[in-house]
Amino acid sequence: MSFWAALAYLVAAVCFILALRGLSSPVTARQGNRYGIIGMAIAIVTTLLLPGIGNWGIIALGIAIGGAIGAFLALRIQMTALPQLIAAFHSLVGLAAVFVAAAAFLNPAAYGIGVPGNINTGSLIEMALGTAIGAITFTGSIIAFGKLQGLISGKPIVFKGQHVINAGLGLLLVLLVAALCTTSSGVFFTAIVLLSLVLGVLIIVPIGGADMPVVVSMLNSYSGWAACGIGFTLHNNLLIVVGALVGSSGAILSYIMCKGMNRSFFNVILGGFGGEAVAGGAGAGPQGTVKSGSADDAAFILKNAASVVIVPGYGMAVAQAQHALREMADHLKKDGVNVRYAIHPVAGRMPGHMNVLLAEANVPYDDVLELEDVNRDFAQTDVAFVIGANDITNPAAKSNPQSPIFGMPILDVEKAKTVLFIKRSMASGYAGIENELFYRDNTMMLFGDAKKVVEDIIKAMD
Amino acid sequence: MADPFPTAVDNLRQAVDQLGARVDSLAAQAQAVASANAASHDGGSSFLIMGLTVFVLALFVGYYVVWHVTPALHSPLMAVTNAISSVIIVGALIAAGTGQGASSWFGFVAVILASVNIFGGFIVTQRMLQMFKKRETPKSAGASK
Repeated sequence: MSFWAALAYLVAAVCFILALRGLSSPVTARQGNRYGIIGMAIAIVTTLLLPGIGNWGIIALGIAIGGAIGAFLALRIQMTALPQLIAAFHSLVGLAAVFVAAAAFLNPAAYGIGVPGNINTGSLIEMALGTAIGAITFTGSIIAFGKLQGLISGKPIVFKGQHVINAGLGLLLVLLVAALCTTSSGVFFTAIVLLSLVLGVLIIVPIGGADMPVVVSMLNSYSGWAACGIGFTLHNNLLIVVGALVGSSGAILSYIMCKGMNRSFFNVILGGFGGEAVAGGAGAGPQGTVKSGSADDAAFILKNAASVVIVPGYGMAVAQAQHALREMADHLKKDGVNVRYAIHPVAGRMPGHMNVLLAEANVPYDDVLELEDVNRDFAQTDVAFVIGANDITNPAAKSNPQSPIFGMPILDVEKAKTVLFIKRSMASGYAGIENELFYRDNTMMLFGDAKKVVEDIIKAMD
Repeated sequence: MADPFPTAVDNLRQAVDQLGARVDSLAAQAQAVASANAASHDGGSSFLIMGLTVFVLALFVGYYVVWHVTPALHSPLMAVTNAISSVIIVGALIAAGTGQGASSWFGFVAVILASVNIFGGFIVTQRMLQMFKKRETPKSAGASK
């Protein structure tokens, strides 16, 4: 690689770092995204100008086809369906990594790593790793997509000996990589691809729908490691830098999500949560009477409050209630009520999902607070308005060591003077545990579809 | 007596030719050895070490940069990392651009896949970021009293 190409790749890598750096604040984020686009353009143009690269026509055609599809999807997608879109995009990165590795395997001379049938052993190992991670990312993301889109049941699929089978297949994968390195045979390369595709499915199926925030972050991380593997294979520092950035980003997000649920990464990955294990945890549910109210009652309580904290959850996204919610908040603000939003790290189906939905509904981001910032304010809050959330407010996480969610950080809504709870029914949350909050004296349940209830409250306010 | 000279000259010429051929073959061998050395140097441990250095340093950069990302922007973070991980298109372009049967077709398919991601990822990130707005005026902020 020439001096200038290497230098241009370095500039691109710096652009990508700046793209992530920009996300430290909503003010600088858009500029960051522009850096990302510039970095990508530099990387592509530099590669096309490398000596020996031709076929510009067909390459332009490929970029046009892919770009049109990508732009179409990105412009049409509803913000509630964002997690699915991201999962689908991850699958494409994985598949692209597999294709690039296959191309390098068939034509190693183009990358200067040997001749067909006699590729450097180091390159073969790196290639095999990139391929395996790419293929696992591909099928794993497709399963995640299916679960998020509702094409596959969100219930964890567990069967006997699952982990033994996965471990066995993982071992087989290592043996195949070793075989590929000693023989350079295409048969083993194909076998690695096929086995990894199967493994990707098996790894994700036991993980329940509500654990998808962790899975999507994890697959995000994998797509980075796949890029890294390809970068080592092709001796390309840009790919290595980007792969490491993306890989660590996904890993950190997974860690934050796991911490938000007080579960270890392995606990999530081994799966089965929210499945059959639940019955034991539920045990003797709290007893008492549930007070249910009408939209008029809720409107009255809200209008007479000085401060309201709204706690949204996945149910809000499902009901598409964010716009109605903002309208309700506007009404209250006009009456001088202090309205803010509290976001739990694992609310929704991907990290930061709730923030995007609220932003979509024109809620200013400085009204939206994170758990640590808002939690001590609940004691001074008149009304906690919980919409489509459940487990993230359950005091059992603090008081009941037997509870499956014990130790999970929660939003302390029970400290507010009044808790308004919008729910479709008394059914438990995904963790399958009763929420004793429903039975408290200061709690009022508002049964119904989240959007409908909020709209009724707005009507009652007028 | 006139004969010996031409024979001697012939012998000499033969010897010179042989020597030339030997030098040529030696030079070719030396070149082969040198290029093999260069190849193993370029493709062997030296890149691995340099690549690892870059990799580990980039991990640290990633670690510190990502912890600085505000939690409110975690969704755009996923979308944009998704877009930039498609820089894998660099490998696809080399495969598609050097034109050799199946390899270039694989490259072509990978170019399409990565392009979907690049365009889709950056556009959806932009769409998300455009929605994040600050509180408009002190008027609405002051209303909370």
